[in-house]
Amino acid sequence: MAVHKVLGIETEFGILHRNEGDSNPVAASSMIINAYVNGFLERRVGWDFEDEHPGVDARGFNEFDALAPEIETHLVNAVLTNGARYYVDHAHPELSTPECTDALQCTTYDRAAEEILIRSMDKANELLPDGEELVIHKNNSDGKGNSYGCHENYLVDRAVPFGRIVQEIMPFFISRQVFCGAGKVGSEAPGLTHSDVPFQITQRADFFEEEVGLETTLKRPIVNTRDEPHADSKKYRRLHVIVGDANMSEVQTYLKLGVTAIVLAMIDDDMAPKDCAFETSVQTLRQTSYDIDLAMVHRLLNGQKVSALDVQWAYYAAAESWAERNGFDVIGGQEMGLDLMKRWHDVLVALENDPDSLSDSIDWIAKRRLYEGYRERHDLEWSDPKLAALDLQYHDLRPDKGLARRIGLKRISEDSEVELAVNNPPPSTRAYFRGRCLERYPDEIVAANWDSMVFDIGTDPLRRVPMLEPLRGTAAHVGNLLDECSNAAELLRRLGT
Amino acid sequence: MAEQEQRRRSAPRTDDVELEETGTGQQAGEELKAELDDLLDEIDDVLETNAEEFVKNYVQKGGE
Repeated sequence: MAVHKVLGIETEFGILHRNEGDSNPVAASSMIINAYVNGFLERRVGWDFEDEHPGVDARGFNEFDALAPEIETHLVNAVLTNGARYYVDHAHPELSTPECTDALQCTTYDRAAEEILIRSMDKANELLPDGEELVIHKNNSDGKGNSYGCHENYLVDRAVPFGRIVQEIMPFFISRQVFCGAGKVGSEAPGLTHSDVPFQITQRADFFEEEVGLETTLKRPIVNTRDEPHADSKKYRRLHVIVGDANMSEVQTYLKLGVTAIVLAMIDDDMAPKDCAFETSVQTLRQTSYDIDLAMVHRLLNGQKVSALDVQWAYYAAAESWAERNGFDVIGGQEMGLDLMKRWHDVLVALENDPDSLSDSIDWIAKRRLYEGYRERHDLEWSDPKLAALDLQYHDLRPDKGLARRIGLKRISEDSEVELAVNNPPPSTRAYFRGRCLERYPDEIVAANWDSMVFDIGTDPLRRVPMLEPLRGTAAHVGNLLDECSNAAELLRRLGT
Repeated sequence: MAEQEQRRRSAPRTDDVELEETGTGQQAGEELKAELDDLLDEIDDVLETNAEEFVKNYVQKGGE
């Protein structure tokens, strides 16, 4: 039986410091996060790097030429009362949502992340001299060959051989672009111009050069092998997915997370399709992104020729069989499972028959409709800077400037739930324990990370509370306890640590 | 896999949806077009004034 698909999403945001001659993105990112922490949080609690091992490879070895990701311990790093981590990564503000138990919950936290960035931006701009402005974009590329990520994370069963996960998830990742892409004007792959690729389905396909690997910043792989479960490593893996786009459309975020969770549950249970491997994965990833008419066929290793949509249908059919046997408990329950299956089905049908009907729910199609209209009205070539400007502005988080918000994309989350998620953790994972402790005992917490918290209750040495089970420490487990304990010393005593 | 595709692709559900919508298709199309026109008017108002400069200055460091 598959393990529950605990999931989360981490987004690196684009940042622009306007009218500042010598702008430094690390300083600008720090300003954003500090503005939020100082403006809205009672007390800053830092991140604990004790258990971070991003250089460990799921294949069980470290390649000599593999570049282990660096941890930048000196940069701003905060843990929020909603259980999220908010920090400067390289030269971007990054927000990792708390661990969630289903796609709807995680979509709500992803939207809450946008709200947190908007509030940070407003607060930071109050502090800047007149005329200067910090602007945040939820995108993945600057259009000049520099990319930054939106990563998904899913809990998977350690017992499943990693090689099988790679084989069975690869065709899904390549073909899911058709409903996951955020769209982009032009291409940033070497040698391609606007006449080769005027517009493409994803922001990220241009940047992938390998099938499998440990890197995230160079020679990016379709399947990332970082083996850092942030949980009991005997029982779990965390599949770190780097091949997605940051979506403005909530419908897409919901589908991307929910359908990928279903497919990974199928892989846990060994019920995923085994005959969909593409002959050339990297090339097919890019070709799929460039094929906005969804007409191209690709050769599989078994010699068959299929389209990206054909492969999606194969996974869809397998998911129906999997669900008939197993139900949807591990991805958030029957109601959500059926909703995800229906939406997945309907989006594939619409992509086949009437893609434009998705212009209120799929970023790349919303963009295409908008940009085509704009091009026609002003008689512009795809290479015109106005279209590149539109393509950045689609992702602008300023409510009065951002095009995605203005075009009225369909929502999945409720405003009231988003507001709650800005400050409160999901009740159904260990993020509840993390977030509530931060809210209740901020002065007695030294540091926190995904799988532990470090307390300083004054008299003893620092005390670390391990949280190796993502589904322990929930409201049901510790809600009353946290309500009853007025300080951390009492909490630790009652926890028996 | 081929069989599964066939089953899905010829699913009657798709055709039903298309037939049902034919009657209102034209009207919906016109509404969509009017909506797009409004949107394009709006974009002219909010688009960065010097698009070329804005795009040129938008340089990010690689991340992840």
